[in-house]
Amino acid sequence: MAHFEKATSVKDWLNQRLAIEKVEKVMASEYWIPKNINFLWAMGMVLSITFALLLVSGIFLLMYYQPNVETAFDSVNYTIMQEVGFGWLWRHVHAVAASVVFLIIYIHMLTGIYYGSYKKGREMIWISGMLLFVTFSAEAFSGYMLPWGQMSYWAGMVITNLFSIGSLELNGIVEWIRGDYVPGQAFLNRFFMLHVLLLPLAIIALIGIHFAALRIPHVNNQDGEEIDFEVESKKYLDGDKAGSKVIRFANDFMSKDMFVVAVFLMFFFYLTFWNYSFALDPVNFDPADGLVTPAHIYPEWYFLWSYEVLRPFSKDIGLIAFAIAQVIFFLIPFLDRSPNVAPANRRGPFAVWFWLMVIDLIVLTAMGKLPPEGIWNVIGLVAALTFFALWIALPFITKLEKKL
Amino acid sequence: MKKELLILSVVVAFSLLTYWLVEPFAHSQMHPHVESEGFEYNGSSDIAEVDNKISQIRDAIAAEKAQEEPSTKKLDMLAADMQAAEARREAKKTFWADVERIAALEGDAAAGEAVYDAGCTGCHFGGSVSMGGVVPPPLKETAGAIYDRNYLIGIIKDPAMVANVDHKFSIVRSHQMDSVKYMVTEDQDIVNVVAYLKKIALNQEEITPQLAFEDACGRCHDVRYKNWTIIGEKPKFKDKRDEMAFDIKHLDAQEGITGYMGKLPPDLSMYIRSRGEHYISVFMEDPQQLLLGTSMPRVGVNAEAAEKVIAYLEEAGDPKKEERDRIGMYIMIYMIFFIIAAFLWKKQIWKDLH
Repeated sequence: MAHFEKATSVKDWLNQRLAIEKVEKVMASEYWIPKNINFLWAMGMVLSITFALLLVSGIFLLMYYQPNVETAFDSVNYTIMQEVGFGWLWRHVHAVAASVVFLIIYIHMLTGIYYGSYKKGREMIWISGMLLFVTFSAEAFSGYMLPWGQMSYWAGMVITNLFSIGSLELNGIVEWIRGDYVPGQAFLNRFFMLHVLLLPLAIIALIGIHFAALRIPHVNNQDGEEIDFEVESKKYLDGDKAGSKVIRFANDFMSKDMFVVAVFLMFFFYLTFWNYSFALDPVNFDPADGLVTPAHIYPEWYFLWSYEVLRPFSKDIGLIAFAIAQVIFFLIPFLDRSPNVAPANRRGPFAVWFWLMVIDLIVLTAMGKLPPEGIWNVIGLVAALTFFALWIALPFITKLEKKL
Repeated sequence: MKKELLILSVVVAFSLLTYWLVEPFAHSQMHPHVESEGFEYNGSSDIAEVDNKISQIRDAIAAEKAQEEPSTKKLDMLAADMQAAEARREAKKTFWADVERIAALEGDAAAGEAVYDAGCTGCHFGGSVSMGGVVPPPLKETAGAIYDRNYLIGIIKDPAMVANVDHKFSIVRSHQMDSVKYMVTEDQDIVNVVAYLKKIALNQEEITPQLAFEDACGRCHDVRYKNWTIIGEKPKFKDKRDEMAFDIKHLDAQEGITGYMGKLPPDLSMYIRSRGEHYISVFMEDPQQLLLGTSMPRVGVNAEAAEKVIAYLEEAGDPKKEERDRIGMYIMIYMIFFIIAAFLWKKQIWKDLH
C-alpha cells in the first residue's frame, strides 16, 4: 500500500488519493491545442453541449413519457406539452437539439474533410467520429418513433421495410425487427429501450473513444502544419506564450469555445421558441393511424441526402446505392491518396471535388424532400449519380495531386 | 478575424440555403398555397372547382383522341362525365345566383318567426333525436351570430348545395335537411327566417370561442384535450358505471356519425399544430378546396366565428404559446449577457497569446 501523509487541506487529501492535480494537467491545463485554428474547431464543444442538452431534456421527458401505443401520443402532446410545468420547454429543447445536432455534425465532418483532418495518424479520429454519426442517426430515428404520431408510424414502417433487402424479400427479418407484422406495441417498446438506454450508452462510450483518439495525433490546424508539441509546449511553459504555436486546452482554447457556444446557444434558443417546425414536423401531430398513409412521407432533413441516393433507382439498385452511401464516408482516409495535409483550397482538384460534394449533398437533400415527380426526379437522379462519380474520382484526383 | 467572418458567412449561407430548400420551398411545392376568400360565401370556389374538373375531363378526352386507336367506350364514359360536370356547373351557377337574388331582399323578422315556428322547430327544437347520424342543432341563440347570412339563406334554399356536398347526394340518398326545400319555398320567406334568426341571436360578445366551436364543429368532432365529445362535455364521474354509460352513449353517437360521413370525423385536439391556423381557416370556408371529395360539409361560419374557432383550437392544442414567447424573451436577454461575458473572457485570456 502507498504511504499517506496527514493531509494539509481538502485538496491535498484528494490529491494523495486521486491525483487530481495531475488529472487536471493531463486533461486540461497541459492538454495542448494548436493556436492556429478558427471557430470551426469549436464544433466539438458545441456538439458536447448539445449532447448535454439532449441528455438533460431527455431525462425530464422520460419522467412523464409512456411507451404504450394507446397513451404515448397523449403523454407527449398533452401530459408533457400541457400539464407538466415547462414540459413543453423540455420537449422543444429535445426536438430542436436533435435536429440541430446534425447540422453541427455535418459542419464538423465537412470541416474535417476540408482541412484533411483524417490523414496521417488521424484515421481513428475520423472513424470513431463516423461511428458516432451512425449511432446518432440510430438514436434520432428511434427517438422519432416515440411520440407515436403519423410520421413516427410511417417512418418506422418504411425504414424497417428496408431490411427485407429488396428482391430477397426477407420479410421474416422485418417481422423479427418489429416484433409484429406492422409497427405496434412490441415495436414501440424496443425502440424506446434503444433510444433511452442502449444507444445513449454506445454514444457515451464512442465519445470517450473519439476524445481518446485525439490524444496521440493531436488536433489538426488551419494550415495542416506538423507541430512539435514537446518543443512548443515547453516554450509556452517557459513564458513565451505569444511565440508558442500551442495553447492550453483550459482556459485558452476553452475561452474561445465558450464564446462560440454562446453564439450558438442564442441561435439554438431562437429556434426552440420561435422556429421549431423544421424539427417538430406538423404531420407528426396527428396520432399514428395504420389505415391512413400521409400524402407525403419524408425523413427528417438530415437523412434526406441518403434517402435521395436510394429513391431515383429501381428497388435493388437503390438499396445497394443506399448501403454504399451509408458507409462510404468511413473510407475517406483511405480513398484520399494524397499525402498532403492542407486546406482543400491549396490542393488543386481536391478543392473542386470538395465544393462539388457540398453542393451535391445539398441538392440531394432538397430533392429528397420534394415529391418524386417530373423535373425533381431527373435532378435527383443526376445528383445521385454525381455522388457516386465523385467518390469514384476521389482516389484518382488525389493520387495525381502534387506534393506540397 | 476577417478570415473567420468569411468562413462564418460561407457556413451560414449554405445552412440557410439548405433550410430554405427543405422547408419553405419544399412545403410550397407539396402544399400549394390556397388563399382565403374572406368568409364571403358567393360560390366562386364551388364553381371554380367544377370548372377545374371540366378542364381535366377535356384534357382526358384530348389525350384519348390523340391515341392511335382511341377507345370508344372510354370516350363515351368521358363524354358522360363531361355532361354530368356541365350540368353540375349549371346547377351551382343557378343556385348561387338565387342566393344572391334572395340576399338582396329585405328580411322581416316578425314574419320570419311564423315561418320558423311552422317550418323549422319540428326538427330544430334542441332535442337529441338523431336523423341518420346527425342531431338537428338548436338554432335560436347561435345560428344568427355564428353563421354567415348568405350561408343561412343558402341552407334553406338547398342544404347540400350551400355545404358543397351535393356530390354525395347525386345518386340515391338525399341530404337530411332536404325537406326544407319543399317547406320554405318563397324567397321572401327565406330571407324573413334569416332575419328572425339574426334578431334572436346572442351578441357577438356573448359568443365565446368555446360556444362557437361547439356549435360549428363540436357536433361532429371530439376534442379530447378539452374533454369535449360530440355529445357534450364529458363530466367527472364518481361512479365507474356512470362513466361507462356515458362512454357507450358517446360510442353510439360516433357510430351514427360514422355511418353518415363514411368515416369518423377526427379529434381536433392537436389540429392547430398539425394543420396550422391558415389551413384550418381556409378549410372551414370550403373543405373541398383543400381536401377534394371529403364528406365534410362547409359549415358557413362568419369571419368572427372562424377566429373564435381558431382561438378555441389554440387553447386545446397550443395553450403555452404566450408562455413560450415570454420565456423565450427572457432567455434571449440572458443569452446577450452570456455572449458579452464569454467574449470578454476570451479577450482577456487571449491578450497574452497573440
